Amino acid sequence: MNLITVSGPPSSGKTSVILKTIQALHKRDLKVGVVKFDCLYTDDDILYEKAGVPVKKGLSGSLCPDHYFVSNIEEVVQWGRGEELDVLITESAGLCNRCSPYIRDVKAICVIDNLSGINTPKKIGPMLKSADIVLITKGDIVSQAEREVFASRVHSVNSKAITMHINGLTGQGAYELSTLLYDENENIETVKGKELRFSMPSALCSYCLGEKRIGNDYQMGNVRKMDLGGSDE
Amino acid sequence: MNKIVNIEEMKIREIEKEYPFALSFFENNNLEIAGHEEKTFDEYLNNFSEEEIEEWAIDTEKIRIDFMEYISEMLEFLGLEKDDTVESLSIIGGRDKSGKDESFGTLTINKSEIISIVGATGSGKSRLLADIEWTANKDTPTGRSILINGELPDKKWRFSSSNKLVAQLSQNMNFVMDLTVREFIELHAESRMVENQEVVVARIIEAANHLAGEKFDLETPVTSLSGGQSRALMIADTAILSTSPIVLIDEIENAGIDRKKALNLLINEDKIVLMATHDPSLALMADKRIVIKNGGIDKVIETDSKEKEMLVELEKIDKIIGKMRADLRSGKTIEKI
Repeated sequence: MNLITVSGPPSSGKTSVILKTIQALHKRDLKVGVVKFDCLYTDDDILYEKAGVPVKKGLSGSLCPDHYFVSNIEEVVQWGRGEELDVLITESAGLCNRCSPYIRDVKAICVIDNLSGINTPKKIGPMLKSADIVLITKGDIVSQAEREVFASRVHSVNSKAITMHINGLTGQGAYELSTLLYDENENIETVKGKELRFSMPSALCSYCLGEKRIGNDYQMGNVRKMDLGGSDE
Repeated sequence: MNKIVNIEEMKIREIEKEYPFALSFFENNNLEIAGHEEKTFDEYLNNFSEEEIEEWAIDTEKIRIDFMEYISEMLEFLGLEKDDTVESLSIIGGRDKSGKDESFGTLTINKSEIISIVGATGSGKSRLLADIEWTANKDTPTGRSILINGELPDKKWRFSSSNKLVAQLSQNMNFVMDLTVREFIELHAESRMVENQEVVVARIIEAANHLAGEKFDLETPVTSLSGGQSRALMIADTAILSTSPIVLIDEIENAGIDRKKALNLLINEDKIVLMATHDPSLALMADKRIVIKNGGIDKVIETDSKEKEMLVELEKIDKIIGKMRADLRSGKTIEKI
């Protein structure tokens, strides 16, 4: 089974792009499944079901979605094998710009949209910088110049990646993307023992454990204070 | 190319001098190099503490690789630009949606030629464009092949982000950036590493004003341009600043812009122009037109002298409508012709 991890900021077009790409993979008689990770709510699983794609969803709720992802990925892989998939795609939203959901030796795709502003590539960390393929969406609603500027900014933070323009609505570029995804020589049976490409954002403080009260007295563990200038108390 | 070999031993100060474009790499990767000019890039990277690496998500190994890649690609991009010109594009027929072979054989389009594309919505215009953009080699659903300068093209057209084959001018002519015209052009010029920015900015605004019905200046915010002015700016910018040798136009509305001049500007800049349109006066400006049906190229029609005569008539009608528009704008009443 091939495993592909897709990540990107909320509403960047991940699901639309994946759906269009799956259509192209289906034409090659490949069985594709999706596991959708989200935070509080998603009904994208219904879209996948409609397209005849086996799908599971996981909501991280109060946990960091990245941590939730990595704690479940092995089970997800085993589910995919049980379904006898040729390709398993995981989709997760990057919510804090410090997300780093990619695994070494597992294909990593970042979806990012032209509308998010030209400084966005600079703001996003490992999710963009360590991806193998960067897909830029919503190109049809900006000018050629804006597309070129955006792509060059992406290129300067991740020069190694293949950068593609793709339209999640019309599917333009989806067929081409599909040719890069499936490798019949690749067979992932487990991700046990594999490593993340980069450490995930860390946090372990009283608020992680459900604390709600505000004030120094209630803050324990990994707590850090902003430097607001002026004299120390 | 041998210069890059010793970049590992160069001090940052020397790198900056030798490869000025490295600055934008440092900036976009949030690498603060001030005060580290006497270090090599490696020494600079090793300077980060464990905590900083964790905190700001700095992957020093990846940055090192990316940096080398970036420098060598930029050198290639700047050096090869001149001998990388696309003289011609050839489309070799494949098949339509029902598997029927396309009968046109090979269609070769030379630079400074205009080809219009006609056909119903969903007939396969986007697929044709995608085949060109992807430099298809019998590996897309249509089975078409694309040749550049008569040869199978380099794969870089598929994957390089600074060397895209096709620039697109879509019908949707919005700007999402809140900038003045000057800032907008400068930003684009910077991303292209253009050296004589001032000159380029001046050329673009002059060209844009030559196309636009109503003039605008460099200090106008792009978001307050009219539809015609936006189109004029985008076309002038694409003609002069975009690296892509092929320009695809999805219809140009006949308002606030001189379309004939717009097409002339593009072909004067050596572009190959493909234009999806159903507007007769635009379609007939092309040298040839491609008719698309059922996912395939049904035929290729050359615009003959009779059609060119009709074009003259159409241009007269366009002029009449244009004059009426101008009259309305200035408060006159419309006279019977």
